[in-house]
Amino acid sequence: MRQEGLLQLAASRLIGLVPTLLVLITISFFLIRLAPGGPFDAEMAAPPEIRANLEAKYHLDEPLLAQYFRYLGEVIAFDFGPSFQYKDWTVNELIARGFPISATIGGLAMLLAFFAGVLIGVFAALRQNTASDYTVMGIAMLGISIPNFVVAPLLILVLAIYGGWLPASGWDWTWQRGIMPVVTLALPAIAYIARLTRGSMIEVLHSNYIRTARAKGLPERTVILRHALKPTLLPVISYMGPATAALITGSVVVERIYSIPGLGSYFVQGALNRDYTLVMGVVVFYGMIIILFNFIVDLLYAWLNPRIRYDEGE
Amino acid sequence: MNRYLFMRRLTACVAVLMLALPLIPLGGCSDEGLDFGVRPENRARPVELVLLENGRPDPSVLAEEQVVRRGNGEEPATLDPHRADGVPAAHILRDLFEGLTTISSSGQIVPGAALRWNISRDARTYTFYLRRDLSWSNGEPLSASDFVYSLRRALDPDTASASAAALLPIANAREVLAGELPIEDLGVALLDDEFTLQITLTGPTPYFLGLMASPVAYPVNRRNVEAFGELFSKPGNLVSNGAFTLNEWVPRTRIVLEKNPLFREAGDTLVERVFYIPVEEASAEVNRFRVGELDWTSEVPSNQFAWLQKNYPDELVISPWTGSYFLGFNLTREPFVNNPSLRMALILAIDREIITDKVTRFGERPSYSLVPPGIDGYVPFTPEYADWTQDERNHEARRLLEQAGYSDANPLHLEIRYNTSGNHKKIALAVASMWKQVLGVSASLVNEEYRVFLQNRQQKIVTRVFRAGWISDYNDPYSFLELFRTGHRGNDYGYSNSTFDALLDEVGTERVRARRERLMFEAERVLMTDNVIIPIYSYVSKRLVNPHLRGWQPNVLDHHPTRFMYLLRTRDTASSAPPSTVDAVSQAASVEAEALPPPESILPPPETAGPQADEVDDEDSSERIEQETGEGGS
Repeated sequence: MRQEGLLQLAASRLIGLVPTLLVLITISFFLIRLAPGGPFDAEMAAPPEIRANLEAKYHLDEPLLAQYFRYLGEVIAFDFGPSFQYKDWTVNELIARGFPISATIGGLAMLLAFFAGVLIGVFAALRQNTASDYTVMGIAMLGISIPNFVVAPLLILVLAIYGGWLPASGWDWTWQRGIMPVVTLALPAIAYIARLTRGSMIEVLHSNYIRTARAKGLPERTVILRHALKPTLLPVISYMGPATAALITGSVVVERIYSIPGLGSYFVQGALNRDYTLVMGVVVFYGMIIILFNFIVDLLYAWLNPRIRYDEGE
Repeated sequence: MNRYLFMRRLTACVAVLMLALPLIPLGGCSDEGLDFGVRPENRARPVELVLLENGRPDPSVLAEEQVVRRGNGEEPATLDPHRADGVPAAHILRDLFEGLTTISSSGQIVPGAALRWNISRDARTYTFYLRRDLSWSNGEPLSASDFVYSLRRALDPDTASASAAALLPIANAREVLAGELPIEDLGVALLDDEFTLQITLTGPTPYFLGLMASPVAYPVNRRNVEAFGELFSKPGNLVSNGAFTLNEWVPRTRIVLEKNPLFREAGDTLVERVFYIPVEEASAEVNRFRVGELDWTSEVPSNQFAWLQKNYPDELVISPWTGSYFLGFNLTREPFVNNPSLRMALILAIDREIITDKVTRFGERPSYSLVPPGIDGYVPFTPEYADWTQDERNHEARRLLEQAGYSDANPLHLEIRYNTSGNHKKIALAVASMWKQVLGVSASLVNEEYRVFLQNRQQKIVTRVFRAGWISDYNDPYSFLELFRTGHRGNDYGYSNSTFDALLDEVGTERVRARRERLMFEAERVLMTDNVIIPIYSYVSKRLVNPHLRGWQPNVLDHHPTRFMYLLRTRDTASSAPPSTVDAVSQAASVEAEALPPPESILPPPETAGPQADEVDDEDSSERIEQETGEGGS
């Protein structure tokens, strides 16, 4: 019966995916074209003959609606077209090369953030309103408040330039080059997860079943790890869905400062250069990732929250 | 007890985390204090340069590994020379390809694939005589028909090249580009044999030889292009004819070139491998230079002069560049229509030295005219007020403003429009406050994203005073002056003066150098007297260069082919004396073949190294994009 519930959930999600993506594509397609300036503007305007050739090459001379339907057709075939800006590459190639890098860095950052954040949050909750609680949460607040464009150069300065322990920036799939970007990305997420965990844990610890567990004389470790932790994680999980999607699709700031050829810069570069196909490609891709992760969150919810299972009549 | 133990372990974990993560920056502070890792006097130093009789470096002073790593700014759009634009791609293409003409290490036009050439009396027909022993990197022979094919391809409407505009002087180019004539009708043909190429022009084009040294005029291998289509410029596919071949391209990570053993001067090329590393962020580039990952940066952050000067005095190289920074007036809108005295007042009230001393700070020169100094011996026009004190200028500015009808009772409001990047905002702010202080004119700043700004500037509707400027790829004042021709596509000012246009026409046909210069001077005088722009400063190129890297020379074009470069050995620390001053200066080492400087008498310091006369006395012009599209965080 539960199996069926999950299948239903998956099916409804999949059906919901199509109109969501369609709305996303439509809005972003027309929005980027509404932006003033075009992909071939330069410090000096191109002669009309050249402008005409370029527009013909990229089908920009067709009516907007025709372009829109052409684009829809291409997206259905998973072909995002050639990039206007990076002329030697298709958008598919750029995503295929950028995404694994962003996903690795973002995924590791999220993993680090999850374990460190939950650990700190649980610790603070168990020491609620003591000096160590305030200290740890104060530092976490600092973590949320310090933007990564401050943290990143600081790390480079200390670890690469003074210390010489790590390379300053760049990317070549070695762990040395991964450490600083992962930590930079993880810091605010650690802080956020720690605060979520703390609040949630405090609430859970006041609930009846925890009191029951303690009354039964269960060791504290069992009370916390077996009974309190799972419900505590619910808000953390719902935060982590979209946050993971955001992290694995790359951060512009971190990518620029560490010279990482990930996906994040394409959002900004694509929009600034009016690289219509690139912007559309990464937006659609990002949309799909977000939908995927929200789906995973729903599944995890069902697993973590007994009440959902009871509702399903188990 | 149990609870206590659990909490203790948890505390330990958290404590470790807390120390390990956010406190890392503080943990790293050593007793050295927060200064920097390797002090200038402790860095590795190269040995003294010793040159052989032929002007080449003595092998004993060379480093074993001749691998140069060049920071290169933005990721290049493509390595197809005909479709590429922008500075980063041009740097790489100059290593990969060679045109009919090419540039020397000092930036002069010299014979490339063509050994010599004739120019017809009416300056409309160029005949190039190619070297007969040239080959492509795949061993196929290279002849004049490759150039015929390539120039046709560059102008083919299907290629859709944005930089093909530079080739419009070639006969029938416009018609071919518009698809009105077949590409075979382009004015490019073989003359007598496979090694003689004749190019016909629509009109005299004084900068044509320089144009033939630029990427859009490079040859591409026909079989290569036909086999791979638009993918021909990818690594593994690309066949080229320059000093290096394309070995690897990982987007936004690195482009690796290897020495081409079949290049005509391969024997003199010392560098075995070149890494072009795209780094979008100037500060990231400096960081990678500091840890030794780069030998050369494409630029340095515009706000770090003092720091770099103090900590990297030997590495920081600053030299004049063919660029002018100025503000433009929109002459088609009030209050600037037919109001030269108002424009003059605004020009006079700006203290340029404050801007170059306090805002730009990298030794930019305050400028009073359009053409930057140092271009091919041309001396720019200097207006009378350039010799006045700022007080005299301010006095005159106030008089002119009053004459234009503005006063306390009738104050003037203006807008300064600029794009979100670099120092534009700071300069606009400085200008606005000078106007306020001196003239009582209030100016508001309008900050726009780059593409929006470009569109507004070209439409000439909402602009009043706007950020402008030009960096030329060509060593010719004409490339600056032509922007102000009536109806020119770079003319965002709405300027139109028939005297000026007529003078430029004369410049085009004049072949006697001295007379041509006089005509350009006269044209610049007309332009500056019409008060179309507010000159601010002339650009400098600025970068960090590993002192071991020699063989290149600062030049006004800022073109630096890798094939002239080489790396010196590191000096033995045991035998090293304190660094000599000669050494500090010698990074600009001039290794011109005809000069035979004894090892000690090395070169002019970078700041004074100007262009040198060359027997090939031609110049060139065209466009180049000064695209400073920086952006903020997310």
